[in-house]
Amino acid sequence: MPELAEAARRTNAWACYDCGKCTASCPIARIGGNYSPRRHVLATNLGHREDIIENGTLSSCLTCKLCDQRCPAQVGYTQLVQQLRELSHREGVEPECPHGGALQSLMRMMAKGGTQQDRMNWLGKDLETDAAKGEVFYFTGCTMYYDTFFPEFQLNTLNGTRAAVRLLNRLGVKPVVSPTERCCGHDLLWNGDRKNFELLAKHNVQMVVDSGAEVLVTSCAECLRTWKIDYEPFYTGKMPRMMHITEYLTDPNYGGPNLKYKAGEQRRITFQDPCRLGRHLGIYDPPRKALTALPGVELTEMRRSGSGAMCCAGGTWSNCDRFAKQIQVQRLREARETGAEVLATACPKCQVHFRCAMKDPNLGGEIEIEMRDVAELVADALE
Amino acid sequence: MTDGKKKRTHVIRKPPKAPPPKWNPRIVVFACNWCSYAGADTAGVSRIQHQPHFRMIRVMCSGRIQPGFVLRAFERGADGVLVSGCHFGDCHYVNGNERAVEQFEKTMNIVKLLGLEEGRLRLEWISAAEGARFAQVINEFTDQVRDLGPSPLNGQNHTEKTQTEST
Ligand code: SF4
Ligand code: SF4
Ligand code: FES
Repeated sequence: MPELAEAARRTNAWACYDCGKCTASCPIARIGGNYSPRRHVLATNLGHREDIIENGTLSSCLTCKLCDQRCPAQVGYTQLVQQLRELSHREGVEPECPHGGALQSLMRMMAKGGTQQDRMNWLGKDLETDAAKGEVFYFTGCTMYYDTFFPEFQLNTLNGTRAAVRLLNRLGVKPVVSPTERCCGHDLLWNGDRKNFELLAKHNVQMVVDSGAEVLVTSCAECLRTWKIDYEPFYTGKMPRMMHITEYLTDPNYGGPNLKYKAGEQRRITFQDPCRLGRHLGIYDPPRKALTALPGVELTEMRRSGSGAMCCAGGTWSNCDRFAKQIQVQRLREARETGAEVLATACPKCQVHFRCAMKDPNLGGEIEIEMRDVAELVADALE
Repeated sequence: MTDGKKKRTHVIRKPPKAPPPKWNPRIVVFACNWCSYAGADTAGVSRIQHQPHFRMIRVMCSGRIQPGFVLRAFERGADGVLVSGCHFGDCHYVNGNERAVEQFEKTMNIVKLLGLEEGRLRLEWISAAEGARFAQVINEFTDQVRDLGPSPLNGQNHTEKTQTEST
C-alpha cells in the first residue's frame, strides 16, 4: 500500500530497528492488553495492511506519546497512529466509541453547523468578556458539554474555565469568548475522521483571525495541542501566539508578578501532567510554577511525573476499556500515595476520566481524591 | 432595464400554481417493545388514523435509549425525536423507564446546548392498550415539529439527507 510507505516515511517508522522498547513502555501492553506498537510499526514498514486495519487494536492506543519518548530511533509512533487511523477510517473501520458515540455525534454536528450553540451561559455576570474582538482570545473548549453529559460524576470542569476568565480579568484583560466557537476537533482527528476535523479547524481559525487577537489562551491541553500542531495547515493571515492558561499566568510579560495572593493554609498538592500538555507540547514547568507560587502550597510529585507521567487513559473517546480503567486506578493510587489533598490538573478531560474511575463502587474510598484545575486553585488564592 | 420592460407587449400567462406541498417533518420514534411499540400496534389494528411521517425504532426497554441514540438521529437528519416507554410502574424491567428519564434529561440539556429547539425532542409514556393515545401523541408531535420547520442541522448537507432517505 503506497499510503503505508508514505506514513512510514513521514513518521520515521522506517528507521525502526525492532528493539521493542515501545511495547515495553506502553501502559496498555504493560497492564495486559493485547497491544503492541512495535507490531504496527513493523506492519507499516512491510506494507501489511490487514495487520493494521483489520486486527482492530489500532484504537487501543492512548496516543499518550510515552513510546515516542523512549524510542531510540525517533520513530513518531503517535503520529503514525494518527495517520493509520485516518486510513482505516477511510476504509470504514471506526473505533468502538464509548457512550454510544454520543460525543462523536456532537462533534460532527458542530462540524456541520447551522445552529446557534448556547455556549455562553456559564459566564455569569461578574466575568467580563467580549464576543467579537480583543487582544486575547480565550478558547473555552467543550467543558460545558462535559459537565452536562456527565452529571453523575459531580463534575465541574466549567469551574476551571470560569477561573481562567476571572484570572484574565484580574490581569486587566477582557478576553474574547466567542459564541460561534466550535469543538476543536481533536477527538475526531484522533478517531481518523479528517473530513469533519477540517471543517472545524477552518471555522475556528477564521473565527480567531477575525477577532484580531494577538494571544490565544486555552485551559484545555487537547485544544492547545490541536491549535499548535494540527491546525497548522489551516493557518491564515497573522496567527496569534498560542498559550496554555498556566503559561500565560507564569509568563513575566503577561501574568507573572501581577497576581497577588492571600496567605493560605499549608497544603499538599500533586499534579497530573496531561499527555497533550507534557509530552506532546513539552510544557512541564508552567503549571508547576503556577502552583508553587501559591502561598502555603507544597507540590509533591507522583512516582511517575513529567515526561514519564502516566496519562489519564481516556484520550479520544475511543478506547475506554478495562485496561484504561486499570491505568486510571493505578494513577489515582499514586496520587494518594503522595499524601496530597488535591490532585491538580491542567486538562478537563483528565478530570472527566479520573472522576469516572473514582466512581468504582469497590475501590471508591481507596482512590478518591479532590480534583481541581490549576486555574481554579490559582483563582481561589487571589487576594 | 426599462427598455426591456417596454418592449414586452403581452403578458405570458403562467399556469395557475398548485399550492406548495405541505412540508412534512422526518421524525424518529423510539419505542419500548412491551408498551409503546405495542401501543402503536393497537393503533394500527384499531385502524386509528394518524400522520405517517415517522420511523419507529423498537428497543427492549426505554431505559436503553441513551443520548447517543437521539443525537445520532438528529445528526442523520431527524427533525424531531420522540422517546416513549411504559408508564411508571409498568416497565417490564422494573425501573428501566426511571433510567430513561435520567437519560432523557441529560439528552435534552445537550440538545439545548447544541442550539436545537426543545420542541424537537419529547418523552411520552404510552401503554400497549393506548392506541388512541399513541395516535394523538404522534399527531401532536408531528404538528409541533412541522411548525418548527426543518432541523437547522439539515440546512447545508443535502447529499447526506438524500443518503439517509435512500437507506
Ligand atoms: S522503540 Fe522505536 S525502534 Fe524500538 S521497536 Fe519501537 S518503534 Fe522500533
Ligand atoms: S502512545 Fe502510549 S498507549 Fe500508544 S503505543 Fe505509545 S505508549 Fe502505548
Ligand atoms: S419495558 Fe417499557 S419502559 Fe421498560
